Amino acid sequence: MLKNIWYFCREAVKSMARNHLLSLATISTVAICILILGMAVLATLNASHLITRLESDLEIMSYLDKDLTADQASEVKQALEAIPGVESVRFVSREEALQYLQDSFGEDRYNLEETMGKNPLPDGYEIKALDPHQVPVIAQQVEQVAGIERVNYGKEMVNNLFLATKWVRVLSMAFIVLLSLGAIFLIATTIRLAIFSRRKEIYLMKLIGSTDWFVRWPFFIEGILLGTAGSLIAILLLAVGYETLIGSIQSVPFVPVLSNRALLIEVYAGLVMVGALLGVLGTYISLNRFLDV
Amino acid sequence: MLVQFYNVSKVYPKGKALDDISLKIDRGEFVFLMGPSGAGKSTIIKMMFREEEPTRGQIFIAERSLVRMKRSDVPRVRRGMGIVFQDFKLLERKTVYENVAFAMEVVSAPHREIKARVPEVLRMVGLEDKENSFPGELSGGEQQRVGIARALANQPLLLIADEPTGNLDIDTSLEILDLLIDINRKGTTIIMATHDRELVKAARKRVILLDKGKVAADYAPGEYLVC
Repeated sequence: MLKNIWYFCREAVKSMARNHLLSLATISTVAICILILGMAVLATLNASHLITRLESDLEIMSYLDKDLTADQASEVKQALEAIPGVESVRFVSREEALQYLQDSFGEDRYNLEETMGKNPLPDGYEIKALDPHQVPVIAQQVEQVAGIERVNYGKEMVNNLFLATKWVRVLSMAFIVLLSLGAIFLIATTIRLAIFSRRKEIYLMKLIGSTDWFVRWPFFIEGILLGTAGSLIAILLLAVGYETLIGSIQSVPFVPVLSNRALLIEVYAGLVMVGALLGVLGTYISLNRFLDV
Repeated sequence: MLVQFYNVSKVYPKGKALDDISLKIDRGEFVFLMGPSGAGKSTIIKMMFREEEPTRGQIFIAERSLVRMKRSDVPRVRRGMGIVFQDFKLLERKTVYENVAFAMEVVSAPHREIKARVPEVLRMVGLEDKENSFPGELSGGEQQRVGIARALANQPLLLIADEPTGNLDIDTSLEILDLLIDINRKGTTIIMATHDRELVKAARKRVILLDKGKVAADYAPGEYLVC
């Protein structure tokens, strides 16, 4: 078997050298496909990164009855913390709320306290959910707690956000699947040409008594090597491009860019494997027709 | 019996190629398949190494049925045969040595065996000094000798030659015939398809005459001379 592996590898390398133009075409095809695929994956990851950030900013604001005593208020807090799925409950005093409002109106243009004479805002609790998708359910339960006058979690905004994220994820998955299929067929076509130029040899091998697998292996190894080579080129371009992008964007505030090294390396490694797999699948599709002797 | 055909018919979409053929070939025989083009010679040969399957009937090679044989069992049957083609089918980018070694490599023969066997068969066909030549540098007769050497490399029980002299002049054809007769004398069964009467007469071997997909006559060795 070891002798065979050596033979298969030697045949694969010989075939690539012999059809160097075709090999180059296949490598370029894989490189372009993986590059586009990689860009799509990175874009999707960034979109979902952004969505996660938006989602984790989601919180429920509950306002207390104005006549509650401090004891009653802390009872409310305990009741809120007891709701399943609640991550944290934070007290927001009416002064703090006013300050927040004041800040969002901008500094010294209006002085709300002066304008209104007194602070109209109630005390409240800011509630964070463990899972942002549970926000609407938790908000309903918060409304039931005695002592809570009003609950606000931006219902419309939350629902729209969830709908949008669902579509972004579905569409980008569909896009990636379509791209991969396109890549497989491009590679299948290029490898078919390589096989076609050796059909006489394959026919001979089959008539002499080679097994199908003996004929297949060199082509599979060739497919894997070409796929890996192409995807390595693509990853190199992608990584350099993305690093440059991160470098120039990170100085702009409020645009969260995914820059998690470990995750990026995983993505790149995954793409190399996808490249190798595309090579194998492309070979498999092209080869079977020629083995039927 | 090495080869047995029982009531074999083959129908292609464009018509009948073989019509209820039965024949037996024993171990050690030398048999010519004769007949005009389209008589069914090629179809019989393709069925023997199972490139084609019969529409009806049974075929046995060395007591093994080729009909409804599993795809994975086909290589083992083929390893017991050597095939010689009219157009040689040599790999142009390989040397003579590599072309012969190729037949052994693709059936995973051990390296040491290949190194010993290839010069041996090249000596048998008289090409021991052409090991490093490429097919393009050889004459037609020499190329066919390489083809024969390749067919012999795996020590087949049965050598099937499909119009092996079809592309060669008469003198070269006779040389190739002599070589095949010599190989047969050493024990290999040979089935040779041809439409060259002179060659067949010179050989004085068994002749199966095919016509329109049927066996028209089966001459014992020497009998064909009278035709």
